Amino acid sequence: MIELENVAYSYGYAGGELLTEISLKLAPGSFHFLTGPSGAGKTTLLKLLYGALVPTAGHLRLWGQDIRAMSRDDIAILRRKVGVVHQDCRFLDHLPVAENVALPLTVSHQGGPDQAQNLSDLLGWVGLTARADALPPELSGGERQRAALARAVIMSPEIVLADEPTGNIDWEMSQRLLHLLVELNRMGKTIMIATHDLQLIRAAKSQVQARVLRISNRRVQLAGADL
Amino acid sequence: MRALHAALAFLIGDPQADRMVPPAGFTVTLTVFTSAAMAFLAVFALALSLASGRLAERWGDDLAKSATIRISAPADQIEDQTRAALRVLETTPGVAEARALSDEDQRVLLEPWFGPDLPVDQLPIPRLIEVIAEGDGYDATGLRLRLQAEVPGAVLDDHAAWRRPLVEAAGRLRALGWLAILLIGGATGAMITLAANAALAANAQVIAVMRLVGARDNYIAGAFVRRFTLRAAAGALGGTVLGVLTLVILPRGGGDDETGVLTGLGLSGLQWGWTLVIPPLAAAVAFLATRAAARRSLQRLS
Ligand SMILES: Nc1ncnc2c1ncn2[C@@H]1O[C@H](COP(=O)(O)OP(=O)(O)OP(=O)(O)O)[C@@H](O)[C@H]1O
Ligand SMILES: [Mg+2]
Repeated sequence: MIELENVAYSYGYAGGELLTEISLKLAPGSFHFLTGPSGAGKTTLLKLLYGALVPTAGHLRLWGQDIRAMSRDDIAILRRKVGVVHQDCRFLDHLPVAENVALPLTVSHQGGPDQAQNLSDLLGWVGLTARADALPPELSGGERQRAALARAVIMSPEIVLADEPTGNIDWEMSQRLLHLLVELNRMGKTIMIATHDLQLIRAAKSQVQARVLRISNRRVQLAGADL
Repeated sequence: MRALHAALAFLIGDPQADRMVPPAGFTVTLTVFTSAAMAFLAVFALALSLASGRLAERWGDDLAKSATIRISAPADQIEDQTRAALRVLETTPGVAEARALSDEDQRVLLEPWFGPDLPVDQLPIPRLIEVIAEGDGYDATGLRLRLQAEVPGAVLDDHAAWRRPLVEAAGRLRALGWLAILLIGGATGAMITLAANAALAANAQVIAVMRLVGARDNYIAGAFVRRFTLRAAAGALGGTVLGVLTLVILPRGGGDDETGVLTGLGLSGLQWGWTLVIPPLAAAVAFLATRAAARRSLQRLS
């Protein structure tokens, strides 16, 4: 579904390419971790995967379509098939949590009464039923992450990309979030989680078959079994 | 029909999309005020253009139709020369009517200056002939030449000398009015562009989030464009109503329409209809300005 072939990316300043010679295939139903030191380019790679950045070299195909051939509208439609939990989960701060979670439905004109059950199920699944009417700035870090995850999956995407979903929350909450992602994977979704939390990766490995990719020296490598 | 449908759909809008743009900010209030003020000014510029247009036409028309021939001659020749001039006029194509003013007429004309007791018949006052043209008028140069040959004491005054600058001035005033309307439209567009840009910058986060959850550019732009367009239209409507009310209660200086621009800066009859154009025009300017601004700032976003 997502295929990278010799992809390189550079933000265009003197440092040269941040990522280079990246060849990668995300198979349906697979579970990936993406790790590497801060500043290695994890967020950048995820941005390439959901069309927020375009490779400066190589080919990136999403469902067989080359990203360079896609119009802005095509990319908007693509975002409905790829659920993303951003590193700095951003919301519309003037709308309650429930409406924020339902945003992808609303902007694709699929919001409606028939979706209300879906929405409340989803809020129950991430444990935010009681906070449905709160405004995003009133949420705790963990609640924000879970709201972001609910928003990422409300369109039933085939792929969920999560950027540091456990960035600033405690271990127990991390476990809960991981559990949600594992559950999604069992439903057949492809998952990719960027993190440098090795403990989280170990915990996941006991639950699913996960591949661990590491960005090092500008390239993506399969990490050894020592993790 | 399709355009009407699209316009209706635009006006009704998508309440859910509208909710995504945070409630009215400062910039939207500015837009309402700006378009109200501009519409108010546009009403006056419109009134100025139309009134001076009316005036230019009337001066051009009425005055072109009347002229005066003045005959100055020794007392014993004046009657002969008057008759000769009338004969010339009778055979001049384009002259509808020519009439020598009687002593009584002339006394009435001079009364305001010299009082009722002026002995007109004893004074060497020139005789006046009133000439009314018909159709496209007569050939003033030709008439002058003939009078010169046959009536030595006659001078034709067709008011051209003082009429032309007046008509020209009225024409310039009208052009100035239209220029003012154009400038007002341009300034409105510029100010709404600034306000829209400020609103888009203030809502960069909202736009980024909408884009990330899969909203298309048109959807995002539409939410902003609709808000600005509707506010601009509402402001312009208010400004136009105020402008029209002001025109209606503006003192008319007692004179009738004839007295022209200075006392009669008003609209007449169907001309009031032109003011109806102002609010939709302001809305169109706002629509185009906001859409361009929204597209520009969306292009910068991945
Ligand atoms: N928009 C940008 N313009 C220029 N440089 C950028 C931009 N975004 C990121 N970078 C640079 O690219 C490098 C990789 O950034 P990226 O966010 O992908 O790292 P990361 O692996 O996600 O780091 P972290 O673990 O801290 O989130 C960093 O050096 C960063 O400064
Ligand atoms: Mg990052």
